[in-house]
Amino acid sequence: MLIGIAIGTIGGIVLTSLLPGLRQVVRTYVTTIRGIPVLVQIVFWYNGLSALTNGAVNLPAYFAGILALGINEGAYMTEIVRAGIQSVDRGQREASQALSLSYVSMMRSVILPQAVRIAIPPTGNQVINLIKNTSLLFAIAIPEIFATGTNLFSMNFKYFEVIAVVAIWYLILAFGYGLIQRALERHFGRGRIGLFGSGAT
Amino acid sequence: MPTARSSVPHTAPSSAAIARQAEGAIVLDGVDKWYGTVHVLKSVSLSVSNGEKVVVCGPSGSGKSTLIRCINGLERHQNGRISVEGVEVVDRTLRQIRREVGMVFQSFNLFPHLTILQNCMLAPMESRKLSREEARDRSIEYLSRVHISEQADKYPAQLSGGQQQRAAIARALCMQPRIMLFDEPTSALDPEMISEVLDTMMELAASGMTMVCVTHEMGFAQKVADRVVFMDEGAIAEVGPPDQLFNSPSSERLALFLRRILSH
Repeated sequence: MLIGIAIGTIGGIVLTSLLPGLRQVVRTYVTTIRGIPVLVQIVFWYNGLSALTNGAVNLPAYFAGILALGINEGAYMTEIVRAGIQSVDRGQREASQALSLSYVSMMRSVILPQAVRIAIPPTGNQVINLIKNTSLLFAIAIPEIFATGTNLFSMNFKYFEVIAVVAIWYLILAFGYGLIQRALERHFGRGRIGLFGSGAT
Repeated sequence: MPTARSSVPHTAPSSAAIARQAEGAIVLDGVDKWYGTVHVLKSVSLSVSNGEKVVVCGPSGSGKSTLIRCINGLERHQNGRISVEGVEVVDRTLRQIRREVGMVFQSFNLFPHLTILQNCMLAPMESRKLSREEARDRSIEYLSRVHISEQADKYPAQLSGGQQQRAAIARALCMQPRIMLFDEPTSALDPEMISEVLDTMMELAASGMTMVCVTHEMGFAQKVADRVVFMDEGAIAEVGPPDQLFNSPSSERLALFLRRILSH
């Protein structure tokens, strides 16, 4: 499922800061995707698309699930990356230009590393949302954690125990990502003196 | 690679080369600029010759920053012509011109996520295609020239304002530009840090660099400038050697400006 975020992140980075023609396309994409419930999107990619094309395009459940969540993430990540880029001081762009850096060099070496720092916390929200949204994939019969759980308690009727175990699994995943996020924040926060702390952490 | 492009004018006989010789390092000819409906540069003409030091002063909002930012195309002019070493400032020559024109900003604009050394190495590696080793050697050389080589591995936020500005000067010098632009380099600094930056700029001036400085440091202008340009309301009001301008200002506007900045 993390492949989904990768697609979304790359999509977000590439699409936000480019040409005015593309911008309109991206804006439409973001508006559309954010306006449709994830569950509806999942069912669309799995059942809807195949009905629309009279069965010509029939995505396997896993592929449809990854596609749906990836495309959904991409829309939110686009906004997060845009916010990150826009938060970088104008002087950074001017200094890069005055040093004759190309647009690509400027984005890669100056703007994006600073934008990523801003984007990490909201991206963390997205990652955890995505992990939890995988539970919606039970709708297209993917045996993820929640679906496995429902299968279990429909057989043994131990609702509380099974659901508790399911919840703990989600917690473990979210906690694990929390650790990764802290390492990322340390890496991209280098050279910065905290708002209230002293010294670069 | 820049030579390939600068050889293009040879299609029009060698008169282009002669013109370049005669034209000097920077030529502004009837330059106009508007921000929306505000006319910020009004038909400004100025020529700076090779190795010359020009100080630009004037009240705030007089267009002096805009003027030097037009020289390397950070601001684009709408009328008239600007050329740098015979190359006109237009979209496709911007990167070529900026390789030869260094700039120092009021707010330093160092890259906060990179060390001082990395700040210096970036542009030579990216736009001059130097190897990492060459860029490192060159950066250390210029950092020691501005007397902060011992800070090379620190991040900008760990340095004082004066050190940051000297690092920014070193970063610009690492591109080995032929012209340096300074946009109020000491305006954001505490008084005791101003002199260390001005000293660095004087050393640079002594090395024969062509310099255009927007500054209110009249002592610096007196010592270093070949000419002082006084701007007022988007136009060049007076130009002349510092002694002449400061001691016998010919306009009431300049006399008033001088009284104000020298009174404290």
